[in-house]
Amino acid sequence: MFKSLALPEYLATIDKEKCIRCKRCIQNCGWSVYSWGGDRVQIDTQKCVKCLRCYHYCPEEAIDILNNETRYKDNANWGFSHIRNIKRQAETGGMPLTGMGSDLPYTILFDHLLLDACQVTNPSIDPLREPMELRTYLGKKPAKIAIERDKNEKPSLKTKLGPQIKLDVPFIFSPMSFGSISLNAQKVLAYAAKENGIVMNTGEGGLHEDLFPYTDNIIVQVASGRFGVNPQYLNAGVAVEIKIGQGAKPGIGGHLPGEKIPLQVAKTRMIPVGSDALSPAPQHDIYSIEDLRQLIYALKEATGYKPISVKIATVHNVAAIVSGIVRAGADIVYLDGFRGGTGAAPNVIRDHMGIPIEYAVAAVDDRLRQEGIRNEASIIAAGGIRSCADAAKAIALGADAVGLGTTALITMGCTTCGKCYTGNCSWGITSQRPELTARLDPEVFGERLSNLIKAWSHELQEILGALGVNSVESLRGSRERLRGIGLDEQTLDILGVKPVGR
Amino acid sequence: MFEIDAKGVYYRELNEDIRAAIEAGEKDIVLKNINGQYYIGTGITKKINITIEGVPGNDLAAFMDGPTINVMDNAQDNISNTMNSGKIIIHGHAGDVLGYGMRGGTMHILKGVGYRVGIHMKAHKKQIPTIISGGTAGNFFGEYMAGGTLILLGLDSKEGEELAGDYLGTGMHGGVIYIRGEVDKDKCGKEVGVMDTDEDDMKLIKEKLDDYCADFDLDCNEIMKRPFKKLIPVSARPYGNLYAY
Ligand code: SF4
Ligand code: SF4
Repeated sequence: MFKSLALPEYLATIDKEKCIRCKRCIQNCGWSVYSWGGDRVQIDTQKCVKCLRCYHYCPEEAIDILNNETRYKDNANWGFSHIRNIKRQAETGGMPLTGMGSDLPYTILFDHLLLDACQVTNPSIDPLREPMELRTYLGKKPAKIAIERDKNEKPSLKTKLGPQIKLDVPFIFSPMSFGSISLNAQKVLAYAAKENGIVMNTGEGGLHEDLFPYTDNIIVQVASGRFGVNPQYLNAGVAVEIKIGQGAKPGIGGHLPGEKIPLQVAKTRMIPVGSDALSPAPQHDIYSIEDLRQLIYALKEATGYKPISVKIATVHNVAAIVSGIVRAGADIVYLDGFRGGTGAAPNVIRDHMGIPIEYAVAAVDDRLRQEGIRNEASIIAAGGIRSCADAAKAIALGADAVGLGTTALITMGCTTCGKCYTGNCSWGITSQRPELTARLDPEVFGERLSNLIKAWSHELQEILGALGVNSVESLRGSRERLRGIGLDEQTLDILGVKPVGR
Repeated sequence: MFEIDAKGVYYRELNEDIRAAIEAGEKDIVLKNINGQYYIGTGITKKINITIEGVPGNDLAAFMDGPTINVMDNAQDNISNTMNSGKIIIHGHAGDVLGYGMRGGTMHILKGVGYRVGIHMKAHKKQIPTIISGGTAGNFFGEYMAGGTLILLGLDSKEGEELAGDYLGTGMHGGVIYIRGEVDKDKCGKEVGVMDTDEDDMKLIKEKLDDYCADFDLDCNEIMKRPFKKLIPVSARPYGNLYAY
């Protein structure tokens, strides 16, 4: 083995004066940066990914993880990662992989949108004293409803409503499979989903038996690999999702390498231990909207007509695609934007394909309204929701609810280091190594994630109150309550929002 | 025996009727005058028998777990999509994308099959799915195959004729394909190794064909006279060296 010429990204440093040689850093680092050198801790900084586990668990605060100040010569064209990636590729011949969503500085439209508020002429509402409805139902809504009255003139709904998923607050957890994340991480999601009356999603990895108690708060996923899919699985949750694409890797499939498939993962996916789990990019039974319709209805037939969600990556032509998906019979369309996270994706795909969620939600909502079919399906916006403000803006742009993936992982300790694909996550989130996953206590972190959802719910209520409305329903698609700041005319036009000052 | 006349009945009502009959304890259901209705047997988890007279539509037996279905005619596309267990016997031709993601059970087709048959078929513990076609197959036979057994017999083909189309076993990383005839290595995916069968293979083929021949009243010994080729993946990790870590 030759020494890699790719510069280390970080310098892991230990203050020798402070260090008491407790070796905790050695135990904690999933990437084996530290080893015992007989009388002191040795550091292999080339391996450090700046996940900061060691920093938090060093009892003497002796550790500092610095950015490597030794950079290639300043060059506005040839950036650090360009040069570093070329060197890595030259050394291995492989595609550089990455985890998490894109970290490149593309414009984030959420940061160029401002919400309205009430002053003087239209009163705001205090959510602490007045009811503020966040409940959201996902599923087809009738275009119009008919009411009938009994002999006492008591009204009731005559129209038969399609199946709905009831959410107490308009947040759901994004699909993350057992395999891509640990079982404990899935349990954290399940716990918090149940606590908050919302749902998590199994991703394409089957349903582990430990999650059976949570099935009222679970959406099960069917993707091209069909891992873990059987009639019991399809009927276990509140809905079934067909995964077509993922925002971080539109147009490419999933690939869980054999060495990351230990017994439990294999059992849940219903495949042999150690064989690669390939989810090919296309579902080979879907080549058209008609084919999609066929699968949607096969799943409805197999589940006694549960709601069916279709998850796609947002790509250039997203509005027309979603129109087709809705016409194919989907009850929910899950839009995963360009900045959405991943356990593993080639850099080249993640950073250069697809479109951000803000444009996609606006374009999709517009298109479905123009075609008079917006009521036919609920829209989930995901891929880059970092705060309740982002969530509120996405809802104002037209989403029914938002999906949280990375956000949920951050409550479990994730620092968005982006190295999930190695399976070494020191926080035990995107790893299957038992000594690492044991660190993630489902209840402790379930509480934290629950706290986050509660905090965001309060924030959303405050936002709605300030807007002078008393339900999230009133914010949905209400672009009049948004203004764009520092955006060009065309972008404003696509978003359907006015510039600030107008 | 319980008969349902499907003439002019929309698939949703038909399948509701079938499910109601199963609920009521019927074990033998005969569907008369079937004409392209979708999703027959889809998602059914009881060990019952369904006999279909006429040509059933797409997604027959999708996600099925247990039943035995006899189709007395040809059948269409997407049969036994992600099927878990049970048996399907088709007394004619069948279309494209058969047994997609199939994890268990058996599918016997008397005649030929279309494109993308047996793709992403898998195996899990005791569940080892089998598809046997008595005719020829289109392109992408056994694509992404991860487990189970595919057998292609070419009963009406001459000795030495090729029975499958291009891209045979592309992306295959598990399972085995037996073909009763010649295989052109150039038409196979690069993940596939082509070899002669050994004694164990012939034992397995015999076992599977005994069952197949019983379903269609064929002479198994006669069929076994012609040699088979065996296709298996050369690696369980076909895409191991694709990435820079
Ligand atoms: S624990 Fe994380 S931050 Fe600390 S040395 Fe290991 S990789 Fe670097
Ligand atoms: S999940 Fe773990 S490996 Fe992935 S970005 Fe977060 S801390 Fe890093």
